[in-house]
Parts: sequence; structure tokens; C-alpha cells
Amino acid sequence: MSAIHLRYEVPGDDFTRAGEASGAVKKRLKALGYNSDAIRRVAIAMYEAEINMVIHADGGYCDVDIYPDRVEVLLADKGPGIPDVEKAMQAGFSTAPDNVRNLGFGAGMGLPNIKKYTDEMRIETEIGVGTNLYLTVKVNS
Amino acid sequence: MNIKEAAEKLNLKILVNGDMDREITDCYIGDLLSWVMGRAGEDSIWLTVMGNINSIAVATLADVACIVLVENASLDDDAKAKAEAMDVTILQTEENSYRLATKIYELLK
Repeated sequence: MSAIHLRYEVPGDDFTRAGEASGAVKKRLKALGYNSDAIRRVAIAMYEAEINMVIHADGGYCDVDIYPDRVEVLLADKGPGIPDVEKAMQAGFSTAPDNVRNLGFGAGMGLPNIKKYTDEMRIETEIGVGTNLYLTVKVNS
Repeated sequence: MNIKEAAEKLNLKILVNGDMDREITDCYIGDLLSWVMGRAGEDSIWLTVMGNINSIAVATLADVACIVLVENASLDDDAKAKAEAMDVTILQTEENSYRLATKIYELLK
């Protein structure tokens, strides 16, 4: 069955607009009648990833494919890349600057949260080139 | 208990008037947005000192019933505009989270 394909730009360095993509996808999934647990997991994982892109990568774009049984999301940026993915995955590890912490982020929970709320998560990253984050949330699991 | 009743009984100041009929079934306290987003239950009354625009996004994504800014924490102008646009109710009190939560506990019992 063919997917519904959506694309969103994630603006860089603009916290006021972070959450637009995840909010829009949430609304769309709700309208399509997906269960609320799956919608919540997609929305949280996407928002964390959007915030990461705003903080670290000067924005990027996000592709969303909605299937009957799953939602697949690609978040792609041309940021600095992640030097040590294993470290970045550790809860509490963060390289976010103080101004971000003052906003209530930068607690080193972004990637761990994303992993927690998705069924599959894959990171492709290259220093100086960028990062692709692939997420899958199964709808009926 | 809906938000309107909670605001009256707890003597909360209404900063943004959203869906006041929405039911509150739980309470959550936290200021770290990533933490709150992952853990606050749906339809919770969320007690926090974070009155910035990201709090509104978190409230929407986590589907909490409303936000209460405790200890008179301020609401940023852009956060107010966003809350109005997203229909998120924002309340405020001079009480701290603990004291307010004990009262909420009694009301939700």
C-alpha cells in the first residue's frame, strides 16, 4: 500500500519554530485515525530530533512516510556530524550550550528519548558533512 | 474536574484562556522539557517554572491538559501568542509546586 509522504523544512537556530513539523505530523496522524500512543511516540521522537537539529546543525529537513502499520521518519541535516555516537546516546551526555539549557533542553536526553519512543532508530553521521537520523514507529505494536 | 473548576478551587490566575472544559485526570511536575515530554501523562495539569515557547510545544505534543506556572514564573510574550494559537490554557500561582500539588491531589482523589 502506498504511503503518504510529507516533507518539512526545519529552520536552524530558531527555537520558536521547532516543533512545527512534529506538530503538523501529529495533527495529520490524528486525522487519519492512528492510535494515540503511536501518535505520541512519533511526535515526541520527532520534536526531540527537531530540537537537536536547531541546537546543533542549523536546521535541515524531515521526510515522513505514513504507512498503515508504521510511520517512518528521516531527519537530515548538514551539520557538523556526531563525533561519538555511542557517547551521544548516553543519557545525560550533552554538548548543548548554556543558552539552550536555560530553555529547558540540553539535558542529554534527546537521543535516548528518541530511542525509547521508536521501534527502530539508525544514525548515519559524517564529521563535517551531516547527520541522517532514521526512525520507525510501529503503529500496532 | 475540568480546568475551570481547578482554576477556581486552586485560586489560579488565568494567563491564557484555552479549552477550560477539558478534564484533568493527573498531575505532573517538571522543568526539564525533554523529561516532561517523555513522562507527563495525557490530560495532566503540568506544574512548571518554564514559561517559554518550547513549553507550549511540549504541552501540545505530550497532550497535557494545561500548564500552571508556579511561584509566579513569567510567561514570555511569544509563548503567550503560541499558547493562544494552539489553544493551550496557561494558569499561574504564587504557590510552589509542592504546595499546589498537595491541593491538586485532594481534588483528584
